[in-house]
Parts: sequence; structure tokens; C-alpha cells
Amino acid sequence: MSCDFIACHVTDLVEYSGVCALVNGQQVALFYLPMRNPKIYAIDNFDPIGAANVLSRGIIGELRGELVVASPLYKQHFSLTTGRCLEDETVAVRVWPAEISNGLVRVGHPQQSLIESAA
Amino acid sequence: MTALENSLAASGTAGRPRLVVVGNGMVGHHFVEQMLGAAVPFAITVIGAEPRPAYDRVHLSEVFAGRAPAELALTTREFYQEAGVEAHFGDPVVSIDREARTVTTQGGRRFGYDKLVLATGSFPFVPPVPGADSNGCFTYRTIDDLGEIRAAAAKARRGVVVGGGLLGLEAANALRNLGLETHVVEFAPQLMGVQVDPEGGAILRSQIEALGISIHTGKNTQRIVAGEELPLAMHFADGEVLETDLIVFSAGVRPDDKLARDADIKIGERGGIVIDYRCRTSDSDIYAVGECALWGGKIFGLVAPGYQMAKVAASALTGGDLSFHGADMSTKLKLLGVDVGSIGDSHARSEGALCYRVVDERAGIYKKLVVSADGERLLGAVLVGDNALYDTLLQYCLNGIKLPAQPLSLIAPSGGEVVALGPDSLPETATICSCHNVSKGDICCQIDSGVTALSDIKSATKASTGCGGCAALLKTVVDSELAKRGVAVNNHLCEHFAYSRQELFHLIKVGGIHTFEELVARHGQGLGCDICKPTAASIFASLDNEHVLDKPHVGLQDTNDTFLANMQKDGTYSVVPRIAGGEITADKLIVLGQVAKKYNLYTKITGGQRIDLFGARLNELPLIWEELIAAGFETGHAYGKSVRTVKSCVGSTWCRYGQQDSVSMALRIEHRYKGLRSPHKLKFAVSGCTRECAEAQSKDIGVIATDKGWNLYVCGNGGMRPRHADLFATDLDDDTLIRYIDRLLMFYIRTADRLQRTSVWLENLEGGLDYLRSVVIDDSLGLGAELEAQMEHVVSTYVCEWKVAVEDPEKRKRFRQFVNSDAEDQQVVFVTDREQIRPATPAEKRELATVA
Ligand code: SRM
Ligand SMILES: Cc1cc2nc3c(=O)[nH]c(=O)nc-3n(C[C@H](O)[C@H](O)[C@H](O)COP(=O)(O)OP(=O)(O)OC[C@H]3O[C@@H](n4cnc5c(N)ncnc54)[C@H](O)[C@@H]3O)c2cc1C
Ligand code: SF4
Ligand code: FES
Repeated sequence: MSCDFIACHVTDLVEYSGVCALVNGQQVALFYLPMRNPKIYAIDNFDPIGAANVLSRGIIGELRGELVVASPLYKQHFSLTTGRCLEDETVAVRVWPAEISNGLVRVGHPQQSLIESAA
Repeated sequence: MTALENSLAASGTAGRPRLVVVGNGMVGHHFVEQMLGAAVPFAITVIGAEPRPAYDRVHLSEVFAGRAPAELALTTREFYQEAGVEAHFGDPVVSIDREARTVTTQGGRRFGYDKLVLATGSFPFVPPVPGADSNGCFTYRTIDDLGEIRAAAAKARRGVVVGGGLLGLEAANALRNLGLETHVVEFAPQLMGVQVDPEGGAILRSQIEALGISIHTGKNTQRIVAGEELPLAMHFADGEVLETDLIVFSAGVRPDDKLARDADIKIGERGGIVIDYRCRTSDSDIYAVGECALWGGKIFGLVAPGYQMAKVAASALTGGDLSFHGADMSTKLKLLGVDVGSIGDSHARSEGALCYRVVDERAGIYKKLVVSADGERLLGAVLVGDNALYDTLLQYCLNGIKLPAQPLSLIAPSGGEVVALGPDSLPETATICSCHNVSKGDICCQIDSGVTALSDIKSATKASTGCGGCAALLKTVVDSELAKRGVAVNNHLCEHFAYSRQELFHLIKVGGIHTFEELVARHGQGLGCDICKPTAASIFASLDNEHVLDKPHVGLQDTNDTFLANMQKDGTYSVVPRIAGGEITADKLIVLGQVAKKYNLYTKITGGQRIDLFGARLNELPLIWEELIAAGFETGHAYGKSVRTVKSCVGSTWCRYGQQDSVSMALRIEHRYKGLRSPHKLKFAVSGCTRECAEAQSKDIGVIATDKGWNLYVCGNGGMRPRHADLFATDLDDDTLIRYIDRLLMFYIRTADRLQRTSVWLENLEGGLDYLRSVVIDDSLGLGAELEAQMEHVVSTYVCEWKVAVEDPEKRKRFRQFVNSDAEDQQVVFVTDREQIRPATPAEKRELATVA
């Protein structure tokens, strides 16, 4: 998984919260957890349930050991590692490979969402 | 090849027995679902007359209340395809050839079968009245019907529903939702004669009339002709005439048995395909399920029995041994906002049955029990106006639970002995969810195998996923069973903190904790979540009053707090400046207008006496606020769990009845408590006299002027569950009034649960209003000075959050739409309506995208 797109600088991130970057015209939500490994998580910014680009503005949390973001619109939880929606198994967002190197945040090509790959 | 061979070849049955299902309604689809998991591998073909796969007919009316028809879908073409089911829609079957074992569709396609299932449902009965087929006459059963009614209603003023039964009243509600003057015409002398007895019918009638719907009972429509003022005129047998724009016939349904009838399959005297206890018709290779089937001389016009038949037929076809033995026809509904419940033998037709009745004409409540001759068992019941007892009574009836010695005590107005049936008294066999036939035993089974979350139990058993009527009962049963097994049904905030909000408040205060990290390290575990983070943030704010965007707090906030604005459905935000007491100068009004115009914002006067500007993009928020702050505005905290508005009336300065200067007092209160963070939002009002134009008695804190000072009302609520505020103290002077409010609010902030309004807090406070008075007025806990000091700290550290945010470049960085681009969010699209913007609907977005 090569991360060849430079999304932003680490200083653009907000600790324990999210920001949104535009990558090849697509919106990616970037979450920064400096005490975790990995420190950076990237998923689609589009909330398929609320149908708006808002996931970067949700609260990060942990439910039964799974890292999640709660959509600010209707509060469904999306896994930061698999993209799965915890409340509705027919819904998922895409996960983007991401890494931090030399103070830069890089992302790669999004993985197919769980739902697309099942279909 | 012949057409038959063609379709046989195409379906690729490869030796599997061929199963054809005619009708893809609710029951037909449920049947197919049952077959998919089955051991016997049938090659299944589904043929539906409607142009779309099965949908939820039960909730059809919700479309009139704004739900999208697509949301009603129970399945999709893709689902069938993936499941290997051949499905054809929009082409009804017109004949069955039992000898050749084929069915033929209108479009001329022919399908061979080894087993055939008829799930053709029923069709609306239109009485044979001359003119009933005129333009403007409709029936109400399908999504297509609904579209036609809606189109006609757009041009209409008045609508008539023929039929005062359950579906008729639902149709009436639909017409009312469409904005029509609505009439219901019923042949019988009462409404809902099938379910409810005449007395209950009369109460129901008065409740519905009170909503502005005209009810005409005992009316026999003789002909429908062109009207003089409106397009249609209905002439009744008694000589009266009613003119209308449109008519919806909802005078009952008839089983759709034509296919079977034409094929000489046995039909009941008054219609319906006769089936046995395995859902077989008189031809042992043909089954019938759902509303088209007649069992024991009865048609079952509800989904739950239909689903049971579907299960039984599937079992019969796959070697199982389920059988159908009739079904309970009890129903519970909310018709036009009026609760109606009918259980078992509601008309007391059983031999020796005795009745108990309670009637409260003023409140519009009617309750009737039908009890066995020996007074031991409940045979039936009717409820109108209040369904609270429905679940309990249904359980008595279905499970033959012994009645209390005084059955009347069950329905007697409170004051009598309350004999609610706890979940414990239900036997294991008690049906909890009738749609999916889930018993209490099934639920216990899940719990015993380790499934304890309500949502998991729902998906495992399907309970509560049909009509949803059993949701409350399911939850009580699950809670009680968990408690019995020692699984703590606890008041813990969430999985990260084993404390209630009140306990957490105490820990934070006593421990002098100021950040979430410290809180987790000392009292919790893990990373936290969207429940505990905002709760902790709110407690920090009540105690410390630091800026919500300060670094340690920023990730804790709900988006509304993080961006100091309320998120709207499309991801944009609203801007609500404070307009204390609803008082505003002309200059400030002009500024609001200018800003709204410059940023093209939708502008609306709110229910809280201020002005809301909608449709601001994230990056525009600081720019807008900069301009507002320069003009003297400050944040209105419409986004926080904090003080909203202090509504006021104009008071003694202008009003001839005013006793005190209510506007000045409203300003004093608003400026004192603005910015206070609390477990839930806080609303206040001050009225200048007892006429109460500011509606203070519906607020958390209400103040009403008297000739001697102020009366203080507390813990009122509008919203979802309105509560009148309680009179707390009378004739207070200004400073005492403020002192009491200080103490009361701080005590609330300390002790309330998360997201608990003052109304619910008071109702749960042990000792109630008297205890609260003793704490606040008599200082019985000796806390008075401390509570006042805490409030003083919050008041004296107030700063406008928006002012701080726009002046701090670090905080402003948060408002970038993208961290790496100045582009705009393409997903935010507005259209213009009534000369202002509004978010485009998904359909409008698609249309705009294709044009572009
Ligand atoms: C704008 C406004 C409607 C309007 O167009 O008039 C409104 C809009 C919202 N209300 Fe309200 N309420 C508005 C007056 C009211 C009133 C009337 C009043 O205050 O006199 C009530 C009933 C009174 C009461 O609260 O007791 C009211 C009861 C609610 C409730 C139910 C609260 C309850 O205890 O049952 C909610 C939901 C909640 O808070 O959980 C709610 C929630 C909301 C939210 C925040 C929903 C949301 O999360 O998006 C809406 C935010 C709109 C926005 O972006 O600004 N709103 N809301 C009103 C703003 C008043 C203001 O200037 O601040
Ligand atoms: C507005 C409304 C509200 C309701 N509310 C409730 C409620 O609250 N609770 C409740 O329990 N029930 C309610 N019902 C009743 C419930 O919808 C029915 O009991 C249920 O839909 C019956 O399912 P079914 O599959 O037997 O029939 P249907 O859902 O009517 O399906 C039959 C299908 O077969 C098709 N069909 C007919 N003939 C042919 C043919 N020759 N070839 C191919 N296809 C054919 C029809 O087009 C139809 O799509 C309500 C009904 C309506 C209309
Ligand atoms: S009542 Fe309040 S919460 Fe509901 S839609 Fe209107 S503004 Fe929104
Ligand atoms: S009774 Fe209808 S969902 Fe349970």
C-alpha cells in the first residue's frame, strides 16, 4: 500500500479529532491519535446515512475495542479501521491507507468498502 | 421451442422442483425469505402484479407525512437475483392451468410449476354506486394509488373518505396531511365497528371531530354525479348532498381469489381461498397465504397472521411440521393521534361474558374489559384515547393469566389500586412480538446464550422489527431478564466510566480534575466515546468555564460545540446571535439583514424570539461572526447544552396591564446566565403580569410579575413531553429571585443526569418540590453559599466564545473546509424557494447534476 499523495502537514491535524482533506477531488476525513499506533486514520468524509460530507467533524471514540467516529448528523458509528457502520451492517465507508513521514501526512488509494467488495 | 419450453429452459431448473409464487406483497415476500434458508432446494419464480418488489404496506401512510416511498421497500430486484430467485414485476398472472401445471401472465409468459403458492392479497372494495368510477375517485392500497391521490390533492380543497373503519381513518389522516378539508362518510352508525363497540366508537368520533374532520355516519351513498361548486357531488339516501373535489373509497377489502376461482379451486361462500392448517388449498400442490386465504371461515387482514401462514407454508413444502391454527387479531393503533386498542372478543360475543367500563368524556377516554363468566380470565378489551394498558391487557388475554379479584382496578383511573403486569408475571410462552411470533422464552434463550444488547436481541429474533408496536414491552422484558441474571442494568455513563453523571461531577470537582485525559487515567478506561466525552466537557465547562475550543477540550465536543453552530442536514450550519429578551434595535436588525444578504443565508424568526440565519458553510462562520461581533452581537449558544433564550413580554413600560418591568428582568437574567453549560439546555421567560404572554410556565425557569414583586415557577418544559412549571416561591424581590435561581440551577447542574431537562430531573428528585424548596430556600444542606459562589465564578468568567474564536488564528484554523484546499464542498447545493435558499433534495441534486 503505497501512500503517494501528500494530503497535508501534521500541524494541520487536530489531536484526538478530525480534519478533512481534498485528495484528487475526493473528500478524506483524517483523524489524528498521537498516542496510538498507527497515529493516523483516514476514511471517506461522506456519511452515507446522513448523505453529507461531515464525518471529519464527528467525535472519535472506542466501542468494544473498536476505534470509531460518531457521525455528527445522526450519531451512527463508523470504524476507523474497517469503515464498517456499527449500527447497520449494510453500510460502510471506504478506508484510505495513510501514514505520517517527515512531518507530512500521506494517503494512498482508497480500499473498496466492505459492502462493495461483498457485492 | 414453445413459449413454455422457453421459459422452462431459461429458468435453468436443472432437476430442482419448480416453485412459483404469485403475488409479491408483504406475505409473498416473507414466504420467499422463509424458503431461502430451507433445506429443499426449490427453483423459485416470483411473479408480482405491481411494478416494484414488495414494500411495507402497513406504513404506507407515512409517505404522506414525508417518508420517501423508496424507504418502504422490503426487498430489491438485486436481492432476489443474488439469492437465485427469478422475479418478474408488473405482469400479473391471469390464469392457472392445473392439468399442465402452468401459470400464464397477462404479457403471455408461461411458467411451469411443481408447487404453486398464491399470495395475491386483497383488493379494495368499491361499493356498486353509480358514478363511483368518475374522475376524482380513488382507492388506497398501493404506492401507485398514493401517487394518484397526491397528484389530485394538489389541486383540491376538500376530500371525502368513504368508510369509517381502520383504513378509512388512516386515509382521512392522509388527506388531512395533504392539507384538505376532510370528511369521512360511513354507512354504519359508528366508526370502526369491526374493532370497537358503539360507546368506544362515540368517544373516538368526538376525538376525531375535535381535529376538524367532519364525520357523517349512517350515510348511504346512492350516486355520485357532477357537482355545482366542486367537481363531484355525493347524493345520500336521506336526501343530503356533499360536494367534494375527490373521493377515496376505503370501505373494506376483498380477498383477491379470482385466479383460484377460475381454476376451480375451493373458495369460501363470501370469498377467500379455502386453506387447511398447513395452508394447502383444495389442490394439494397449491398453497395460499396472506389476505387471500380463508382459514376456519375467517380472513386475517393483518400482517402478523400472514407472516405465520408464510412460515407454515414454507414448513409444509420443506418437510417441517408447523401448522396454522388461527391468529390473534388484536390491534393497537394511533389514528389521527388518537390511541385505539382492541383485544380479543371486544364485542363481548362469548357466552356469559361480563363487561366493565370506564368512560371519561372530558378527556376522551374509554376503556372496556370483557371478562369470562367466572370473572377469572380476560376475553377481550377496548381502549380509546389511552393505550397505556394495551400490552398488559393483551398479555392477560393471550396467556389466560388470572385476573385480580377486582378486574375494574385494572382500568380504574389512578387512585385505585394499580395492578400493572410486570414482565415477571408473563409465562415463557407469552408472545412478545406478534409480527415475528417471538415469545418471552425465545428472548430468554438469546440472553442465556450470551446475547445481551437490546439491538443484538432484535436482530437475532427479529422482535420489534415489524410494526414496532412491541418495542416498549420488549425492552422491559429484556431489562428485567438481564437484571434477574445479575447482568447489571446500570446507570453507568458508558463502557469507559462505571459512574453516573452525578458521581462523575463529584469526582471531577473533588479531585480538581481539569482534562479528559486526567479523568480517564484516574477514573475510567480506554479512549472514551461520544457519550462520555461531551458529558465530561459539559462538567468542565460548568466548573471551570474555559473556552470550549481550548486544546484539551476540543476533541470532546459534539460538532455543534466544536464549531459553535448547529449543523444542518446538509452539513452547513446556522448562526444565532443572542437577542436578549427578544429586544433589538433597528440598527441591529439592519445589520442582521445585511449579513444575511451578503452571505446568502436563509433567514427565519425562531420560536425563541430571535433570528436564525441558516446555510453558512464551515469556512464562512468566522467571517460572518466577525461582522456580527463588530456590530455588537454576541453568540446565542444555540448550539450548546446551555442557556438559550429568556423570552419576555413587553411589560409595564408599555403594556397597560404590566405590573413590573419584565423586559429589564429578562435582560438581567439572560446576561447573568448566558454561557452557563448544563446537563441539557435551559430556557427562561419573564411575563409582566398574570396574562402570561411570555409563556413562562412552560420554561425551566419562569418568572411572572405580581404587584409586589415576582412569582418564580420552576422545571417547566415544552418540547416532546410538555410539563407545566411548578410555583416555587411568590412575591420575591429582584435579588432574592436571582439568588434562588442561582442556587437552583447550580444544584441541577450538580445532580442531574446527562441530557436530563429540569422537568425530568425534578420528577426523579427524591422528595420532589418540597425537598427542592428546602435545599434552595431553607438551605437545608448548607450548600447555599457554595452554589452561589460557583455561579458567580461562571458569571464573572463569561466571554463570548465566538469573539475568542475569531480573534485566535489557531482556533480559526478549525473552520477550514479542507486543510489543503480552498475549494467548496460540492455536495452542498441550494435551491431557491419562497425567495430564499434551502438545501436541495437528493432528487433535485441528481437533476442539477445531470443538467450540469
Ligand atoms: C430554530 C428553532 C425553531 C424555529 O425555527 O423557531 C429550533 C431549532 C432546533 N431545535 Fe428547538 N428550536 C427552537 C425553539 C424550540 C422551542 C420553543 C421555545 O424555546 O420557546 C422548543 C420547546 C420548548 C422547550 O424546549 O421546552 C424546542 C424544543 C426542542 C427540543 C425538545 C426539547 C425537550 O425537552 O423535549 C429539541 C431536541 C433536544 O434538545 O434534544 C430541540 C432541538 C432543536 C435543534 C437544535 C435540532 C438540531 O439538533 O438540529 C434545532 C436547531 C436549529 C438551528 O440550527 O438553529 N428543540 N425548540 C427555535 C430556536 C429558538 C431559539 O431562538 O433558540
Ligand atoms: C394503508 C394500509 C394500512 C395498513 N395497516 C396495517 C396495520 O397497521 N397492521 C396490520 O397488521 N396490517 C395493516 N394493513 C394490512 C396489511 O398491509 C396486509 O395485511 C398485508 O399487506 C397482507 O399481505 P399480502 O401479501 O397477503 O397482500 P398484499 O400486501 O396486498 O400483496 C398482494 C400482492 O399480490 C399482487 N397480486 C394480486 N394478484 C396478482 C396476480 N394475479 N398476479 C401477480 N400478482 C398479484 C398484488 O398486486 C400485491 O402486490 C394495512 C393495509 C393498508 C393498505
Ligand atoms: S421542531 Fe425544532 S427540532 Fe423539530 S424540525 Fe422544527 S426546528 Fe427542527
Ligand atoms: S408486534 Fe409488530 S414488530 Fe413486534
